[in-house]
Amino acid sequence: MTFLTYLISGLALGSVYAIIALGYTMVYGIAKMLNFAHGDIIMAGGYVAFYAFSRFGLPGGLCIILSILFSTILGVVIERLAYKPLRQASSLSVLITAIGVSYFLENAAQLMFGSDTKIFPTILTDGSLKLFDGQLTISYLTIITIVTCIVIMAGLTSFINKTKIGKAMRACAEDKGAAQLMGININTTISITFAIGSGLAAIAAILLCSTYPSLSPTLGSMPGIKAFTAAVFGGIGSIPGALLGGLLLGIIENLTKAYISTQLSDAIVFTVLIVVLLIKPTGLLGKKENVKV
Amino acid sequence: MLKVNDLVVRYGVIEAIKGISFEVDDGEIVTLIGANGAGKTTTMHTISGLLKAYSGSIILDDKDITKVPPHKIVEMGVAQCPERRRVFASQSVEDNLLLGAYTRKDNDGIKKDLDNVYELFPRLLERKEQLAGTLSGGEQQMLAMGRALMAKPKIMLLDEPSMGLSPLLVREIFDIIKDINSQGVTILLVEQNAKMALGIANRAYVIETGKIVMSGSGQELLNSEDIKKAYLGG
Repeated sequence: MTFLTYLISGLALGSVYAIIALGYTMVYGIAKMLNFAHGDIIMAGGYVAFYAFSRFGLPGGLCIILSILFSTILGVVIERLAYKPLRQASSLSVLITAIGVSYFLENAAQLMFGSDTKIFPTILTDGSLKLFDGQLTISYLTIITIVTCIVIMAGLTSFINKTKIGKAMRACAEDKGAAQLMGININTTISITFAIGSGLAAIAAILLCSTYPSLSPTLGSMPGIKAFTAAVFGGIGSIPGALLGGLLLGIIENLTKAYISTQLSDAIVFTVLIVVLLIKPTGLLGKKENVKV
Repeated sequence: MLKVNDLVVRYGVIEAIKGISFEVDDGEIVTLIGANGAGKTTTMHTISGLLKAYSGSIILDDKDITKVPPHKIVEMGVAQCPERRRVFASQSVEDNLLLGAYTRKDNDGIKKDLDNVYELFPRLLERKEQLAGTLSGGEQQMLAMGRALMAKPKIMLLDEPSMGLSPLLVREIFDIIKDINSQGVTILLVEQNAKMALGIANRAYVIETGKIVMSGSGQELLNSEDIKKAYLGG
């Protein structure tokens, strides 16, 4: 039973990674850039929810909506101000800019909110479900996290495959020039991508902060790196890859912590990543370029 | 319909197009022929707005479109079927065609044009659920042309439609270009296959290293000794 408990909590952690990884993978797929400030959007979303709930006493649902709204706008504004002017620049310049944006956000948060750790309130729920005569306890939060991840994946997959905007996004991911010749506005498409990724980051923030309820300006950096790893692990640019990579990463991390070593868990996670990339450089579900002339 | 005036396009300091002027009138088929690297594709991309003009102007129906962004140019009635087709390999044939109609909102008209494209290219209808990446080169060319038609263009820019195709298929594609033209779509055709292009063109321009060196009716150029020597293999 304890194994099952670890597995389920690993699944929940992996769900959060997967939701964050979606932001990396979608932005990479369409804008062909690594948005290293993505983790800090999580942090911003966390602080908005914290202040809305603890300081202003707003109802939980409203706090979540505010947090998502704020992160979405923040993501789009960052793209417009910092990345859009670099559309024609080398990818190295964009990467360095993204790292700069990340530091800027962390330091701005430190200035505004202080560097002390704040306790994230119980916005969602703290109950739990007891199964098998109390042998297996699953918190409602774990269930909410996993269900949220499933709903997001299903929703996003049908959005990308069925809607006109989704198909335009896939067209941009494949060939920007040809997409423009269809009359697709690249800037709008990139903005939509950042909006979706950043909105999801806020959802991840609330799930993450509810599970590990401490809030600090660097809160987003470690989950950000882990989720980025998950995205690469699954195959960057691939949405199912982000899900698979996230879940596997969460499960591996949790099981190593439980059975091998807490200190070594990150080392082991990254070793697995290196091994996977050595065997399959495009990641688990990464696609090979299939060009026909 | 389309007028290009003294257009200069640069890649950094290199001048790819060195001041060319030409025009395409309503209902015409006009071709730009020239060797590899002469600047044909650069010209097409500049008209579509993918590349910025350094100087000169591009006028569509008395409106200056030189600085208009690419998606607006499509909306104004200029569709391009690009070199190497560039179909969206991971999407179905039908989704590719519908992406061609991205700027349009008239659902009934889109449906009608889709039927029209399937009539022009029955092979696309057979394969409408198939992923575009799995089509043969000839079928991808048909798809790219159908996709451009779906924008309901006033003028269609066709860049090297014969590239990599068998002579038989090239003839089929050129017959279809004539059909499309007879449906009222003006055509600007860029080709290395000068013989085929001159055969269907009302007028033609010869472009060499970024400059127009000769122009005339398709027939005139077909009979010109210089052209025969340089482009028609003697």
